[in-house]
Amino acid sequence: MSCWDTIADYGLRSLGYGERLLPRSDFTLCQQVVLIGSGMLWNIYFGTLALIAGFVMATAVAMGKAARNPVIAKISAWFIFIFRGSPLFIQFFFAYFLFLSLKNAVPFFTVLTSAWAGALVVLFLNTAAYSGEIFYGALQSVPKGEAEAADAYGFGGWKKFRKITWPTMLRLAWPAYTNEAIFLFHATTLVFFSGFPAQSQRGDALYYANYFADKTFNPFVPYPVLAGYFILLTLVIIGLFGLINRRLNRHLPQERRSRMQMRMPVLR
Amino acid sequence: MACYLSTPKHMAFYWSFGTVLVLLAITAPLALVFGFGGATAARAQLAPVRWFGKAYIAVVRGVPDIAFFLFFVIALDQGFEYLRHQVFCPDWDQPIRQGNDFLVCPAAKLPLSTSPQVWHEIYGFFLAVLTFAIVFGAFAANVLFGAMRAVPQPQLETAAAYGMTPRQTFWRILVPQMWVYALPGLGNLWMVLIKATPLLFLLGVEDIVYWARELGGTKTARFTDYPHGDWRMWYFGALLLFYLAFTKLSEMVFDRVMLRLTRGQATLAGEAQRKAAA
Repeated sequence: MSCWDTIADYGLRSLGYGERLLPRSDFTLCQQVVLIGSGMLWNIYFGTLALIAGFVMATAVAMGKAARNPVIAKISAWFIFIFRGSPLFIQFFFAYFLFLSLKNAVPFFTVLTSAWAGALVVLFLNTAAYSGEIFYGALQSVPKGEAEAADAYGFGGWKKFRKITWPTMLRLAWPAYTNEAIFLFHATTLVFFSGFPAQSQRGDALYYANYFADKTFNPFVPYPVLAGYFILLTLVIIGLFGLINRRLNRHLPQERRSRMQMRMPVLR
Repeated sequence: MACYLSTPKHMAFYWSFGTVLVLLAITAPLALVFGFGGATAARAQLAPVRWFGKAYIAVVRGVPDIAFFLFFVIALDQGFEYLRHQVFCPDWDQPIRQGNDFLVCPAAKLPLSTSPQVWHEIYGFFLAVLTFAIVFGAFAANVLFGAMRAVPQPQLETAAAYGMTPRQTFWRILVPQMWVYALPGLGNLWMVLIKATPLLFLLGVEDIVYWARELGGTKTARFTDYPHGDWRMWYFGALLLFYLAFTKLSEMVFDRVMLRLTRGQATLAGEAQRKAAA
């Protein structure tokens, strides 16, 4: 069986297409690379959707935490504290069992007990809290002069936010937000190791890597393969976010454009 | 209710909180040692050592930490058994890897198959601690590496001008001064470490996650005096509260320490303190 056959059989295995049974003996390197790569589809799915949805909510949460209304500010601050102060792993467990209990009362929650929706909700709330804190910090350090200049030009309300405050906030937050994106993609590997079940062995990359390590009792092949995939993914994220960073800073003179610094303060 | 919460299994559950705290207490200093080694290696004069230090930092940070937890527990176990195999059974003629099996001679097994259960648990815990230290050592190395570079260059130049050797400069000038710069990063790292402790569950240690799942599951009257439905949600809710409280406590302690450390420092925070007092 050539490697092309393996790709045809297992390339989309994580989504439920192709060969039903996972390989059981005589594992080849090709099988491991293909299956783990197939699992990466789930990591990319979780990461991308949670990131996009979380971005919108993070902006709202940051504005909420900076709001003058004490009720809104308190709620936002608590939201951020709860999701940043507890382990994501426990959040997954808690959410899964919460959805299980709710399912009995309201049938609507049945959907959320499967990983593709339930875990996505947890990841979305989690990244909204982390990026909300980043955005809040950036919002606090928007230069005073820019806001005053906007006032002087007669900008107000929504227009001022859309044209002045928000772009500057993004500019300031972007390096830290890039980190958050990287860590979010790393966090997606936790999904199938918490409460959420992998139905008919459709798991993510780590799920398959763990499967191979258990079956062959040789961790030195599947985990480096997984590591390779993730380093590749990290490089892609850094590249994409670097492009956006270039666009955010395109009005600045060349020498003042802050080069994206990948100093990576630890986040999670 | 009081009876239910003090069954032997619940007592084991409470003790497992102790396991988590012990893990934190052992891992934090050990990770600091690994981090110090990694940071020192990353700025070594000798190129291969420097590459090793930088690769250590970069690889561990570029890959999800859970993958490392799963990897190192097996890899370290096999590594130790392989070394013991070489020492104790030099005349063993069969290959160690036979197909999908990893076979060493009985004398090299760790822990020996004859030893009591408690040693198996301690060995598992030891592997977990070592794994945590390796992974978090890389993060600490990154923080310390940055802190070492943050120490003002003139300090080091002055030391050289006074005729100190590089070794003396490192130990007497650089190391004492870097901690102020390292503390915020290390504090952050401590928070991350706290939040990584539930992953112990994946390493096969009977920790709080294990017991919460065990105790919360549906119990029928046949096996226990206290039958109940699926209570896992409540048990994990309690864990959530435990971690939130622990994080809050750590934050308060770190704020205190920072307040103490910035006193008299020539930084913005130190200046603000001086003005507030005057």
